[in-house]
Formats: sequence, structure tokens, C-alpha cells
Amino acid sequence: MINNRILDEILGQYPVKVKKNRKKHIVIKDADMDRQEIDANTRTIPGVITNRGCAYAGCKGVVLGPLKDVVHIVHGPVGCGYYAWLTRRNKAKSEDPTKNYMTYCFSTDMQESDIVFGGEKKLTRMIDEVVEVFKPEAVTISATCPVGLIGDDIGQVAKNAHAKYPEVNFTAYSCEGYKGVSQSAGHHIANNGLMQHVIGQGNMEEVPSSFTLNILGEYNIGGDGWEIKQMLEEIGYHIQTVMTGDGSYEELKNAHVSNLNLVQCHRSINYIADMLEIKYGTPWLKVNFIGIDSTIKSLRDMALYFSDQGLMERTEAYIMRELQKVETLLEPYKRICEGKTAFCFVGGSRGHHYQGLYKELGIDTILAGYEFAHRDDYEGREIIDSIKLDADSQNIPNLTVEPDVNRYRVKVSPEKMEELKEKIPLNYYEGMMRSMHEGSIIVDDLNHYETEELIRILKPDIFSSGIKDKYVVQKMGIPTKQLHNYDYSGPYAGFGGAVNFARDIAMSLASPTWNYTVPPWHSKPLLEGKILERVSDNA
Amino acid sequence: MLDCTPKEITKRSGGLINPAKTCQPLGAMYASLGIHGCLPHSHGSQGCSAYHRAHLTRHFREPVMASTSSFTEGASVFGGASNLKTAINNVFTIYNPDVMAVHTTCLSETIGDDVATIVKTAEVPEGKVIIHANTPSYQGSHVSGFSNMTRAMVHYLAEADEENKKSQINIIPGFVNPGDMREIKRLADLMGLSSIMFPDTSGVMDAPLTGHFDMYPRGGTTVKQLRDTGNSSLTLALGSYASADAAHLLEKKCRVPALVLRTPIGVKATDEFIMAMRQHSIKEVPYELELERGQLVDIMTDVHYHFHGKKVAIFGDPDIVIALTEFMLSLGMKPIHALTGTPDSTIGGPQGSFEREVKGMLEQADLQGQVKAGADLFTLHQWIKNEPVDLLIGTTYGKYIARAEDVPLVRVGFPILDRAVHSYLPIAGYKGAMRLLEMIDNALLERIERDCTDEDLELVM
Repeated sequence: MINNRILDEILGQYPVKVKKNRKKHIVIKDADMDRQEIDANTRTIPGVITNRGCAYAGCKGVVLGPLKDVVHIVHGPVGCGYYAWLTRRNKAKSEDPTKNYMTYCFSTDMQESDIVFGGEKKLTRMIDEVVEVFKPEAVTISATCPVGLIGDDIGQVAKNAHAKYPEVNFTAYSCEGYKGVSQSAGHHIANNGLMQHVIGQGNMEEVPSSFTLNILGEYNIGGDGWEIKQMLEEIGYHIQTVMTGDGSYEELKNAHVSNLNLVQCHRSINYIADMLEIKYGTPWLKVNFIGIDSTIKSLRDMALYFSDQGLMERTEAYIMRELQKVETLLEPYKRICEGKTAFCFVGGSRGHHYQGLYKELGIDTILAGYEFAHRDDYEGREIIDSIKLDADSQNIPNLTVEPDVNRYRVKVSPEKMEELKEKIPLNYYEGMMRSMHEGSIIVDDLNHYETEELIRILKPDIFSSGIKDKYVVQKMGIPTKQLHNYDYSGPYAGFGGAVNFARDIAMSLASPTWNYTVPPWHSKPLLEGKILERVSDNA
Repeated sequence: MLDCTPKEITKRSGGLINPAKTCQPLGAMYASLGIHGCLPHSHGSQGCSAYHRAHLTRHFREPVMASTSSFTEGASVFGGASNLKTAINNVFTIYNPDVMAVHTTCLSETIGDDVATIVKTAEVPEGKVIIHANTPSYQGSHVSGFSNMTRAMVHYLAEADEENKKSQINIIPGFVNPGDMREIKRLADLMGLSSIMFPDTSGVMDAPLTGHFDMYPRGGTTVKQLRDTGNSSLTLALGSYASADAAHLLEKKCRVPALVLRTPIGVKATDEFIMAMRQHSIKEVPYELELERGQLVDIMTDVHYHFHGKKVAIFGDPDIVIALTEFMLSLGMKPIHALTGTPDSTIGGPQGSFEREVKGMLEQADLQGQVKAGADLFTLHQWIKNEPVDLLIGTTYGKYIARAEDVPLVRVGFPILDRAVHSYLPIAGYKGAMRLLEMIDNALLERIERDCTDEDLELVM
């Protein structure tokens, strides 16, 4: 167990300023307290080995990149485009394979002369070349660090390109890596751009079915989105668009018609969810399709929102059928997992989402945290208004939208809305901390030193995080599970996904390879012998 | 797969589509890891460090520890000096490395941070060292970054403090795997030479699983060794792109003669490496090496009919592709496409010789081929569409072309993200050539077996 004294000892190794800072990012859950405050979305101190990335990674890498029928040009030196190329496992398929650009990486590969004289001309040439060869309907331009510094006006380049190719949608994103304090700034920038220039650009006016949804913040890692989509379609929903896993410009531009927005990853997409409500009157529902109980709850909440008898019946029938299917499948894995403990440190939602699934397998999450979340992801959205914006957050433009004169529709009457809000998380996320148990640790922006120290003390049976700390922890002899890319497995969403996850976790725990960590000569003495007789007494 | 890539080649100048290179800082980070007890430090946004660590980790499946200056918008406007000073203090207090190796990024280069001065005036704990390299991402490639950090090791640390040169030699292995570095050191040992390899990631990027995490594993060139490189009597720089600059600086700074050789991949380049050591030590080549070489040539001859005349496309880092091309030619294969993402010339960088060297080899073999530096995989794919090959040799990124064109791929070079073991076993030296030969031979034979009719399936091949 960790208490404040042990925590103080750990932090005591830091220089004074670092200690003062980090102390506010670590909370020991006290169930007696109504609310515990944690510091989040603030700068990582230089020199501290963090897992965090940059605004560009959040914008192009996370939110924009999965849009499959869009050419994503990365304006900058080669690295940024290269690293965000096929590394995230956001799967996508298209009926017309010539409209799927996922396997392509477009970098303007800025050279020294572009830095000195400006890179707008090169970017313009790149646009001409991709339009000619790829014939996309939409193009995004994402800026990397030097672009903002040298003053390339990518917005103007996009405008000029649109004038030249009016049939193509061009959007520019000033998501330079130094903006904000983590990927989170990039999510916001991408949300603003999609809302301003893509969503609502389609000419669909009528909703295709009364149960039409958008799924927000689902990136189809390892096929999660496909699993969710199939489940929802079977129950009777129509999915207009997924933001943005296996998503497309074609579908996204008509996202305004839907009756409800589901929010899976709150952190990366809550801005669009909010703006869709203001602009088109579409409420959003916080769902979690990771874990069986969470999936069931999400399905029931959705059915309740529509309050349609047939939908409710199909939901219950689906749940019953799937539960029966997975129960026996899960049994052997549960036997291996039962009684184990986990650390769960992931981006901005999964640190919370996976705790329920772990619990279903009998695994207790004793430490959890987010890499780039805000306080509301920990404490709940009710605290948003009380968050004081620091300079780093203020640098990210906050887009405000107005109700659309023609397209705003009241989806649910205000009275019904209030009634529903009592029962289901409509336009609301409760955050991670409420569902954690007494004594568990919540760490924001967990760093290398704290990882080592907390593992030494808490000795978890499984450590779930990302690629950068995976092998650090594995060297310690502790099984790991990457929850950013699922260690190239998945899907983990829905009922079938839970079984995949259980299989993979059980595999990591039960792998016979762990038996060979210590060579036999370390556990056996070099010389062996035994005492033949006692000689002393008779002498 | 890659359905948008047309066969018809048009001239492009707007940048790269599917690059065959990445940026300098990644190479600098890898080189830094080849110093014992070193923490690489990325002076830029957090994203740079996160991407480089993730990418190196995917290739090696090992921890890659590195810190960052965590630039924010403020730092980008007012300069990153304060961030770097804070970082230096925190790194030595929290992580206690022997060496902190700082490299720049396009961000800190564009705003013009004077890292040399910041490093010089930083408060460094007694017995600790900071070195730095300028690695702007808008010049060269990850190979240039590796070269620049290796050069920084010489610049900051090498000293000629002995009256006479020692008989020891320096070996700069270039951007190769720890398995290759081990093999190259073994060859020097067999030649009876005392050597200092730098950087040396063996024992760092192929560390064992023990149940304990060592932030600074046993391997890597020590600071003491790096200082002593100035007292050596010869530097063998393997691969001109990754290793020549450091060797030339060492020659200038400490008067250690530099000899630039090809990366010892394949029989001929390994012969040249051995001959250079033989000449230096004035010692005959031991039978053990003669045996290894003889075995390699034996296999090459035994199964020459498996690969003779087969057309091959090779891509990757310039030093590696040059050596591979030479090896393919010595097998009687036809390397008709050779491509590297690293440019032949960059402002401020040395003039590379990729195109000249490879074209020269093809000419000598009376072969027509496409050879290009600073090119991308979109181009390579188009070449292959226009002139198909029997085999593709390159990094993991080649798998999409391989699938689109139904060509077998042998994974060689950096990065390999979808296979294991590659970083542990060598492709350098005679043993490494034997391993390469096995991979190539198996790929070609498995393709024949996959495609042939039942009656043509041979028991013996």
C-alpha cells in the first residue's frame, strides 16, 4: 500500500521544484472525500522523462489521420509525417481502394532553404501533385514546429488551393508541436477545424433512420470500431459516421443529421460533441464499449435515450445472447487472472475504460492515470467551469458556434432531457476517480522515475501502458499490455472484444517464458556437499 | 494495396510520398545510446522525443530512455535556454547518468538556440559530462543525425594525451544493429587487435531479461574509452555516410589517421575490412576467419543457381544499400533498382557518393539500373511497376510494395518493426553474409514452392 509518507519519500528524491509540482499530480483515493482535486493538463517539467507527445500527434496522429479518404499532408521536415505513418493501428477499409490513402504518407520534407525562404511554395507544389495523382475529395494540411515559427500561412495556402480546385475540401491545422502541453492541444485544434470546415458541409437534410448515431472518439484501433458498429447495427441503429476510426470525409460532412452522438473517448472529441449540441441540437451520451458491464450499460442507456420499445427489446435480446456466448469462453481466462493487480496508465480515456474490464476478469486496478487528460477526465465535467486556464491553454483557440438557423432541431424536449439526465450520462462524463476504490493511486502524466518507484512498492501483476515503457517494465519481470495499440491484437471492444482481451492478458500472465528469467546457476550453489557424520562428540 | 500509385512516373518536387528516411534526431538518439551510462536528451517539443523513443523501441524491442526539453509556445518564442538548463539540473538529479547527450530538433534549430554555449555554461555535477550535436531535421536524414552525434563524441571527448599513439584502433560501425557491432568487434578480436568501437549499442540495445531494469545497461563505449580514441593509431570508419565525419574530425583533432571503408556486409566489403586490419597489425589472418570465409564462398557457389540472374530492388540507408548492392552483384544477382531516402547532398553536409558508387558498381557489372538518393518509396514502387523484380530487400516499409506487386521481401536495415531477432544477429562479416544468404535463398525458394504446381514441387532443390 501507498500512503502519504511513502509518497513523500518517493517525491523526496526530486529537486524541490519538481517535487512541489509532481505532488499535485498524484492522489491517493480517499472514499470519504466528496471530491479530490488533481492537477492535470499542465506543463511537463523539462528533463523529466514523460510519455507525452505533442499537439501535432494529437491533431494529425489521433483525430485527423484515421479519415481514410482524405490526403493528409504534413508540412514540415520529414520526421513528423514519417512517425505518424501507419504506426497507430487505426484500421480502415474502403469499397473503392483507390479512395483509401491510409498506406500513404505525404510530407513536404522541408529543407533548409524552405526554412529560410518559406515553405509555402513547396506546400503548394505538393498539393498540385497529390490532387493530380490521388484525386482526393478532401486534403488536410498539418503544421509541424518550424512552420509557425517561420510564418508560413498554411490557411492561405489552403484557401488558394480551394480556389484552384473548388471540388476539393482543403483544411489547414496549425498544430505545431510546441502548442499546449501535450497531444491534448492537437485534439482541440483538430476538433475546431473539422467542425468549422467539414461537419455540415454535406447536403443531407433528412435523418436516414430514426435511430441515427455518430460515434465520436472511436479510432478503430485493432478493429474496435468495427466491433461496435456491427453490434449497434444489429440492434437497429444506423451509424452515420465514426469520428474518426475507419471514418471518411464523405460521411463526416453529414454528421449534422444524427439524432444522438455517442462519445467513447471523451478527451479527444468532447469539443465536437459540445459544438454539435449547440449548433444542431444533438445531445451526446458518454458510452464505454470496453468491458462487458460497461457495454451493457452503454447499450441500455442508448435504448433509454430513444425510449423505443422495439429497440429496448432488441437490446435486451442482444445482451442476453452475447452474455451467454462469452461466459463460458471467459471462464478459463478468469481462472488465470483472478486476484491479480494492474497498473493502468493510458492516454486520455483508456486509463479509465479498461478498469471495468480488468475487474470483470478479477484483476484489481491499483494505479491508474492519464498521459494527457484534463481535470474533468479525472474529476467529472462539473468542475470544468472552475478550471483556471493557464497561458498554455489560452493559446489554443476556443471555437464558439451558434445554433444553425436551418438545421438546428430539438431532438429531445427539454423536460425529457432533464428526466433522462437523471438516469444516463447525457452531455456528461463523471471522470475516472469516482469509480476507483479506496487507497488506489491516481497519477497524472506518470513519468519514468515514478513508474519504477511505484512498481517497486506496489508490485503489480500486469502493467498496461504504451510502447515507451513496455520493455522497461518487462525487464523487471512484469508482464505488460500496450493499451494504445493492443500489442498488435484486438479488437477489445464489445462482448467478443472482452474475450480477446481476457485471452491476451491471461497469455501474458501465463507465458512459460517468465520461468526462465533467472538462470539455474543463480539459484543453486556452485559447490554441493553433505555432512556425513558428527565427529566432535567421540573425539 | 497502394492502389493509387500509377505506373506512369511524373516529376514531383513538392516533397516525399512514403519517405525512405526520417529525421536527424532519431539517429542522434540511437548513437547516444551507444555511450555507456548516457541519457540522450532531445532539445525540442515533447513529441520529438516521444516519436523517436517509440520508433527505436519498435525496432529493437528494448527500453529507449531519453529526456526532453518539453518546449511550450513560450519557450519557442523566448528561446529554449531556460528549458535546457532546467532539464540539465533535473536529469542529473533524478536519473544520474554519466553523460547527457543533447541533440537539437528543427524547432530549437529554427529559433536558433545556441546549445553549445548553454552546454558550456551549464552547471554539471563533478565527474559528469554533457555533449551536444546540432541535428536539424531539415537537413540530411537519421543517418546524418547518427553521424553528427558520433562526431560530437570526438569533438567533446577525444584527446591525444599520450606521447605516442597506441597500437589500438578505433572502429566506427555506423548505423547498424547491436548484433552487427558485436560481430565487427569479434572480427577485430580475431585479428588480434585491441579496438575501441564507438558508438557501441551492443549490451545496451540488446540487453538481457534479468528481472531487473537497468537504466544504464552494461554496454556502450565509456567516456574513458572515448577520450582514449585520440591516442589510437588508426580509425576505421565503416560506411561513409554514418561514420566518415567523426573519423575525419579525429584525424584533424588528434592526428589519428582515418580510413573510410564500406560497411562490411557481404564477402567483398568484409574482405576489405579484414585487409585493412591485416595491414595495420602486420599480422596474418587467422585460420578461423579463413574458415568462415571459405564456408561462405562454399555456400555461395553450392547454390548459385538459386539466385544467379535474379532481379532485385534494394532500398534503405545509403551505407547499407551500397554494401548490399555489392554483395548481390557478387552472388550474380541483378540489383536493378537501388534507392536511399538520405540525400546525396545537403547544405552544410558532406557530399555523399551513393549514386556515384552504386552506378559505378552496376556499370562494372555491365548492368542497367535505376539508382537514386534522396528518393521515396512511391518512386521505388513505380520503378518496380515499370521493371518488375524477383526480390525486394529493405525495411519493413517495403511490405506494402511487396504485397501490391506480389514480390518476396527480405527485411534488412532500419527499421524492422514487424519481425524479431534481427537486431541480435549480424548481417555484417562472413557469418552475417551467411545469414543474409540464407534469408535471401529461403525467400526465393519459398516463392517458387508457393507458386509451383503439385508435380513441380521438388523434394531436393
